[in-house]
Amino acid sequence: MSTPLTGTPVQLGLPGLRSGTEQVPAADGPQTGKDFTSDQEVRWCPGCGDYAVLKAVQSFLPDLGLRRENIVFVSGIGCSSRFPYYLDTYGMHSIHGRAPSIATGIATAREDLSVWVVTGDGDALSIGGNHLIHALRRNVNMTILLFNNRIYGLTKGQYSPTSETGKVTKSTPMGSLDHPFNPVSLALGAEASFVARTIDSDRKHLTAVLAAAAAHRGTSLVEIYQNCPIFNDGAFDAIKSPDTKADAIIPLVHGEPITFGSTLEDGRGAKALVRDTATGGVQVVATADVDAADIVVHDAHSPDPTMAFAISRLTDSGYLNTSPIGIFRQVERPTYDDQAREQVTAAVAEAGNGDAADRSARLASLIGGGDTWTII
Amino acid sequence: MTPTDKQVKQLDRVIIRFAGDSGDGMQLTGDRFTQETAAFGNDLVTLPNFPAEIRAPQGTLPGVSSFQVHFADHDILTAGDAPDVLVAMNPAALRANLGDLHKGATIIVDTHDFTARNLTKAGYTDNPLDGDTLDEYALHTVDLTGMTVEAVKEFGLSRKDASRAKNMFALGLLSWMYGRPTDPTTTFLTKRFAKVPDIRDANLAAFQAGWNFGETTEAFAVQYEVKPAVLPPGTYRNITGNLALAYGLVAGGVQAGLPVFLGTYPITPASDILHELSKHKSFGVTTFQAEDEIAGVGAAIGASYVGHLGVTSTSGPGVALKSEAIGLAVMTELPLVVVDVQRGGPSTGLPTKTEQADLLQAMFGRNGEAPVPIVAPQSPGDCFAAAVEATRIAVTYRTPVLLLSDGYLANGSEPWRVPAVEDLPVIDPDFATEKNHGSGDDAEFWPYLRDDKTLARPWAIPGTAGLEHRIGGLEKGDGHGNISYDPANHDFMVRTRQAKVDRIADSIPLVEVDDPSGEAKVLILGWGSTYGPIGAGVRRVRKAGYKVAQAHLRHLNPFPSNLGEVLKGYDKVLVPEMNLGQLSLLLRAKYLVDAVGYNHVRGLPLKATELAHAIGELVGQAEGIDVELGVWGEPTQKEHI
Repeated sequence: MSTPLTGTPVQLGLPGLRSGTEQVPAADGPQTGKDFTSDQEVRWCPGCGDYAVLKAVQSFLPDLGLRRENIVFVSGIGCSSRFPYYLDTYGMHSIHGRAPSIATGIATAREDLSVWVVTGDGDALSIGGNHLIHALRRNVNMTILLFNNRIYGLTKGQYSPTSETGKVTKSTPMGSLDHPFNPVSLALGAEASFVARTIDSDRKHLTAVLAAAAAHRGTSLVEIYQNCPIFNDGAFDAIKSPDTKADAIIPLVHGEPITFGSTLEDGRGAKALVRDTATGGVQVVATADVDAADIVVHDAHSPDPTMAFAISRLTDSGYLNTSPIGIFRQVERPTYDDQAREQVTAAVAEAGNGDAADRSARLASLIGGGDTWTII
Repeated sequence: MTPTDKQVKQLDRVIIRFAGDSGDGMQLTGDRFTQETAAFGNDLVTLPNFPAEIRAPQGTLPGVSSFQVHFADHDILTAGDAPDVLVAMNPAALRANLGDLHKGATIIVDTHDFTARNLTKAGYTDNPLDGDTLDEYALHTVDLTGMTVEAVKEFGLSRKDASRAKNMFALGLLSWMYGRPTDPTTTFLTKRFAKVPDIRDANLAAFQAGWNFGETTEAFAVQYEVKPAVLPPGTYRNITGNLALAYGLVAGGVQAGLPVFLGTYPITPASDILHELSKHKSFGVTTFQAEDEIAGVGAAIGASYVGHLGVTSTSGPGVALKSEAIGLAVMTELPLVVVDVQRGGPSTGLPTKTEQADLLQAMFGRNGEAPVPIVAPQSPGDCFAAAVEATRIAVTYRTPVLLLSDGYLANGSEPWRVPAVEDLPVIDPDFATEKNHGSGDDAEFWPYLRDDKTLARPWAIPGTAGLEHRIGGLEKGDGHGNISYDPANHDFMVRTRQAKVDRIADSIPLVEVDDPSGEAKVLILGWGSTYGPIGAGVRRVRKAGYKVAQAHLRHLNPFPSNLGEVLKGYDKVLVPEMNLGQLSLLLRAKYLVDAVGYNHVRGLPLKATELAHAIGELVGQAEGIDVELGVWGEPTQKEHI
């Protein structure tokens, strides 16, 4: 599945490029969003960004064209982690922070399943930070949807690992002291093979990113900016408001020069990214002031994540006035689960035919092996 | 190697302890001697004992590593209380182990390492080999290192490398003393060092030189013979608990027709289970070394959800970390085997030493009412059957099961009669394939609609069309399994999960009591690895002429259904444990029985002699008599125990 956002991914040593859903059985016929809607009442707060993401996922899943029974959604704890209950697929609402580890077991055990993790900024980056980075490092074939509302919602409004420093919350009446994580920078540093960022309210962009993430074989991390109307309302206003979003969103499209801001006569944005030779990073300049050739052309498939990381640093760590949006990185490298299964398959093939009688016979020789003696 | 004209003396049992620095290869030496002994056909029990540090400071007391092997011409139950022979490779090894020897025991020391510096490190002000402090022992001072270096000089190794073969010299000498077959060790060394011919040849030469030294020197006048034991017919092999447990998990998977998925994190003394299972991918076994204990169990739960046999292996600290996830498996009612190879605690505790202090953690160590069945093996070989049983319960009842092994079982070994595969239980995963509620167009799949007999819920795995469902940690409505906050439903579900675990008692054997006279007033009840010492203690008391009954629990939760009746049948109940009375607490709570504890937490197995005295005292109280154990209360007595 290829989209305008991604182009064709490069290969890093994986013979025979495979789609993320290649071994998952296809649906018998066309499906609709209704097929994926469970009979459970959705219980998020009115106006919650989670509704938009749920709708987008329910209407996207039919496009995947996979058998419903071969899709598994796993979540941790938090508002967004109720997600699996509302989808009529297989699913597990697990424990706080551990969804990536449970999904690792699922994805490794069964090649015929499309595995999705739904998590939040607290679940994935605080209590479950360890599991997230190791899933990314191993490159287990799953798609992680990280709903980032920059606040703890379910526990009623404490600051989260993505909240801006100084944030006044119930637990930080004098302002929080923690420096926040940038989830994209974190994922890139954790050797992720697919890293993207999108917005709950932009259905079209969200759906395109989901399609690319599902098509990617390996761990896909999709950060979704998601508004919490109760405890952190307006956190993403700058990138959502028609008045400001042109200057706030740095759109990333593979193969395109990166410009944003008000539109110039030639169709380019008034601001552009160029390399900053002093720091090795990137900086924002006026498009008119630089040669077109110096403007950074986005390369999501670069084997070297340095530029993707540099771009990710343009995300504001305080109130969000500027943020790159799109697919930062998509490279192919062997997945943990494919290789784990290959080892087992090879060992089974070498040992025998793998049927029950064969296994019983080999069990007898295993336990009766070594130095034995017989007493009559 | 030819027989000699030296005197040959018959013994019915011998306890040898090899002790040296942790870099001296004592575990390997002990293991080789054990394999020779197994090949010879003696019954045997071993007790490895080593520091947690890989290389503790050389020559110091904390750095001493030892391996004890007890072998006999009859069935034995323990590694023995007091060694008959101590091989001490340095002063620290002598000092650390001397207190365990009985007077008259044989001591063989490597004089080469008794230097002023090493003596100081071991805390000796005078060389014990010079004075009269060892006069009560049969002391053999031998320059093991010097003779080893001499024996291997033709291979051109450095002095350091040459001297490293001294453990094989010691093994050769002891192999001669006890008439052990040498072929197993020759074959082993040839294979082990096939890629380094110099080292291989040096080790073979040192081994041979040790044997020859025993045969020719006048220092060792007697060769001993311990005849093969008469054991029940069958094929035997020597096996450690961790190996048997890993085989049991492979067997559980085969018998259930399920691929095994081990999600785990390395931890002493459980890591060998991971190492072993990683070799058995050909049985469809997947091993996943996770980033931490929690991810290990998480992945296992995920694998179980999609139809594998999820297993996680750890020790006490790991169980603490996994507790929340085990609770999730209780709530989602998925099969899961949690192996806890217990070690000394609390916290990091004594990583390489044994203890049984995780019973209450296994029983209660989760939030909420979260009952988990508990199974415990009683000897190294029994770890196999216990693992198969844990698998049976987990799969049949859709529940996590705690399998409580311990450090002594894990590393200790014994001859194990290999079971016939056709005698193993067949385990039916009984996956759900059909909707189970309503009919026609209204038919639905209800994930919490239970089996009437077992109360187990259906196991519907992804890929099964029409049975799509969601499970999770939130309370489930009875039957349909949707989230429910209804007070009456929660009360019902809590009781139902408990009832499901209680019903497992219908599928397990009644506890058997060994009470030959049928007139004993005292019952000794144990669980886990104390089986050997308890059995040996009971034998001693019976030999001394007193009546005592013994029973041992395989299932700690639920208990066998006749346990309450059994306990009522005795005036006094003694519960020996390597903890401060955890089974006693459970028995007192459940059966209102005045269980008397016998408790030690020294990081070592209980001693049979001490147990015999504790049993004797209780028998005396129960029967109103004075109990005199005589020679049966002495650790050194040499008769059939």
